[in-house]
Amino acid sequence: MAYRAAGRRRQVTTAYAKAFERSTRNGGGQGPSALVARRREAFERFALSGFPTTKDEDWRFTPVAPIARGDWRLDGSTAGRLVTAAQLEPFRFGQPDWTTLVFIDGRFSPGLSHRPTLPAGVTVEPFGEALSRDPEFIERTFARVAQPEATAFSALNAALAHDGAVVRVAAGADLTEPIHILHLATGEAAGAALLTRTILVVERGARAQFVESFAALGDAVSFTNAVTEVTVGEGAWVEHSRIQRESESAYHVGFTQVEQGRDSHYRSFTLSMGGAIARHDLRARLGAENVECLLYGLYLGRGDQLVDNHTVIRHEFPGCRSWEVYKGILDGRSHAVFNGKVFVTPEAQKTDAKQTNRNLLLSETSRVDTKPQLEIFADDVKCTHGATVGRLDEVAFFYLQSRGISRAAAQQILIYAFAAEVVTEIASLPVREALDRLVHERLGIRA
Amino acid sequence: MLEIRGLRASAGEKEILTGVDLTVAAGEVHAIMGPNGSGKSTLAQVLAGHPAYTVTAGTVIFQGQDLLDMEPEERAQAGVFLAFQYPVEITGVTNAYFLRAAYNAIRKARGEEELDPIDFLDRLEEKLAVVEWGPEIMQRAVNSGFSGGEKKRNEILQMAVLEPTLAILDETDSGLDIDALRIVAQGVNALRRPDRATILVTHYQRLLNYIVPDFVHVLSDGRIARSGGKELALELEARGYEWLTGQPEGAAR
Repeated sequence: MAYRAAGRRRQVTTAYAKAFERSTRNGGGQGPSALVARRREAFERFALSGFPTTKDEDWRFTPVAPIARGDWRLDGSTAGRLVTAAQLEPFRFGQPDWTTLVFIDGRFSPGLSHRPTLPAGVTVEPFGEALSRDPEFIERTFARVAQPEATAFSALNAALAHDGAVVRVAAGADLTEPIHILHLATGEAAGAALLTRTILVVERGARAQFVESFAALGDAVSFTNAVTEVTVGEGAWVEHSRIQRESESAYHVGFTQVEQGRDSHYRSFTLSMGGAIARHDLRARLGAENVECLLYGLYLGRGDQLVDNHTVIRHEFPGCRSWEVYKGILDGRSHAVFNGKVFVTPEAQKTDAKQTNRNLLLSETSRVDTKPQLEIFADDVKCTHGATVGRLDEVAFFYLQSRGISRAAAQQILIYAFAAEVVTEIASLPVREALDRLVHERLGIRA
Repeated sequence: MLEIRGLRASAGEKEILTGVDLTVAAGEVHAIMGPNGSGKSTLAQVLAGHPAYTVTAGTVIFQGQDLLDMEPEERAQAGVFLAFQYPVEITGVTNAYFLRAAYNAIRKARGEEELDPIDFLDRLEEKLAVVEWGPEIMQRAVNSGFSGGEKKRNEILQMAVLEPTLAILDETDSGLDIDALRIVAQGVNALRRPDRATILVTHYQRLLNYIVPDFVHVLSDGRIARSGGKELALELEARGYEWLTGQPEGAAR
């Protein structure tokens, strides 16, 4: 099959085309024919666009050339390195009881996963299992919320994703404990593309908490391309924490799309601290009336890390509220990018939207490009946005020092205080405590 | 306890203290008064080591140590405490964490054992009583969203916990209602001991009804223009500052 790839991108897409045909023959071609067709469409879309360049507005500050140039293993065949329960332990937040699906180098690991009995109507499965048990459900949900055309990376993921988690929380179910989806890259992941797709469906009136972790053992150069699609049903309540703590040599491109129903509440906390280049797109569509959407983010950069967060909140119905706070702490020569768009369509009267991005620079050589954007087409709305980039306040330093606290300790307290403002917004107490410890650790702060 | 000689200090190009001489002995309470812009807040902040000011001349000896040669935290560890005129809000850090960090930093510097959170909370209870607060205040972020009066009370709480040898209160009374003023005074009086001293920087005589000073000094143009006993404060209240400074002082009421 011929793909109309642009000349300079042809070589890249040829390698990907071969991988796609191979995957279609072994396993990727499983499932309902509509699903197979959707994967092919997605691939064609990727082949047409190729990887983005810094000429694309959405990727202006984030050169993905090291990813585009890479000769990645695309078949998800890297599984096999034995990971012990003890090695996995530090990434489980000390919560052995949580339902945990573990993916090692992009493949489901039944042995390391923990799947206790869940309330009726709640299923937590790896992709293959979900596909054979309920193909119709996958057909109905796969690449439906996160449309393949969203970005080149999400298209590539829809075409080639080789595994992932599928969670369905039936109407009215109330999950008291978080569900943890834990992706771990081992040394064997060097040179591999880890393409996973996670589908989270929380039906009418249900309550659920999800933690998605992306972690690494060692410092392999891998390329994670992870897409998560979240459906929040009418009146449902969902808290979704996404923890990206991969190796600082790895590449991570994540895409999360959220679709919210009437009277629903969705809150997310995104922590990004790993990756040489780490990009996450979070898009939420407030697709009915009286929806509440809260997006909190924290990104920590050091060394030569590049961390990029793009968010889009679409207000399309009246009477919805969105609240977004992203904060960054940058050290070394790290570079952060924040781009937040809030769209308010003409129908979305009485929209209440607030977006804030605050950045703390700890070094002379760290850098931030921030761009909050409001696009408002309704007239009766309350929308504000703001961005700041600054250093620690000398008066605050003096205040702490005047109480006997050393300058070094004062710096730790002030940095942590800056981060804590978003961490404290996590509703689930065990998740909040776990992430609080993680952030303390990463910032080298004594609790 | 404290010997200030010929102290001059500037903020940027502007000289604010033009030669302050002051001696404070253990057990004494000194009130420093003066019109706006006379340098009284600067004096308080220079003693605590505020980075915005440069000392250009003079000496400050505190219990035999050269105070000007010490970092702000070293001054605190040596027993100097400044209650800020504008306490800083630190969102994201609880009062409990902050106070324990300060308390333990000072203990550690003195070679004493640090207290764990439980023991510290026990100790805190009597201190909270001084400012008439319950324990819930400890879980709030430091000064964050506090009213003006609450911030000043929080300064007094910190002072009560850290038990300084020399407490300097920088206009702690300004903007307080009678009730808050009484609580602030209660905190200062609870700390009074023969081996400790207090410097009250204030614009108004009102606070001195609650905390009776041993000496009153009037600062004008960056130096002490007049010193006296507590009756000097009453005289200032009645006559304003003009007769001392030779300048009209709009803000003095």
